[in-house]
Amino acid sequence: MALHDIIGSIFLLSGAFLVLIGSIGVVRFPDFFTRTHASGKCDTLGLALVLLGLAIHEGGTLNTVKLILIAVFIGIANPTATHALARAAFKLGIKPLLSTSKEEKQNDLAD
Amino acid sequence: MDSIFFITTMALAIAIIIPFYRVAVGPTVYDRILGSGVIGTKTIVLISLVGYLFNRFDMFVDIVLAYALLNFIGVIAIAKYLERKEAQK
Repeated sequence: MALHDIIGSIFLLSGAFLVLIGSIGVVRFPDFFTRTHASGKCDTLGLALVLLGLAIHEGGTLNTVKLILIAVFIGIANPTATHALARAAFKLGIKPLLSTSKEEKQNDLAD
Repeated sequence: MDSIFFITTMALAIAIIIPFYRVAVGPTVYDRILGSGVIGTKTIVLISLVGYLFNRFDMFVDIVLAYALLNFIGVIAIAKYLERKEAQK
């Protein structure tokens, strides 16, 4: 295992871990606006790490440039997309869940 | 080294299946779009990894580039459509 292999695999495995955490976060978070955190932030970093791991493994070819371009584009596009969604949701009047205590949560869901 | 790529592909495959729950159940329509957006961004990396495992990485990188752009525009278009729909109400 050469050095660049090790570094590439570290990037890959940490990226895969983050991607898993991101998708679990999208399911488990209590409210829509908290889910946009999981989607906008966690996914972006996870994908960027995996793509950079691939780019390191490719090493010096044209594909590396394309992979880095995709990683940069996702770093810009993903948060923008989730921001647009959250803005549209907020304008339509979906209220963020501010308190986490059980009974207030029920009232929020009730009304 | 290839086993690490295989592990990452498996992790990504599992990570793609999980948000389907949010797409199916999601109380508001925005949750469904968010879930499909998450699945879309994950397929970007899954395609590039599968392309690497098939040793045809040159072709798959271009597919991934186009798909990243399309997925972004899709989510933005749906978000814009839903904003306009609210205005007509």
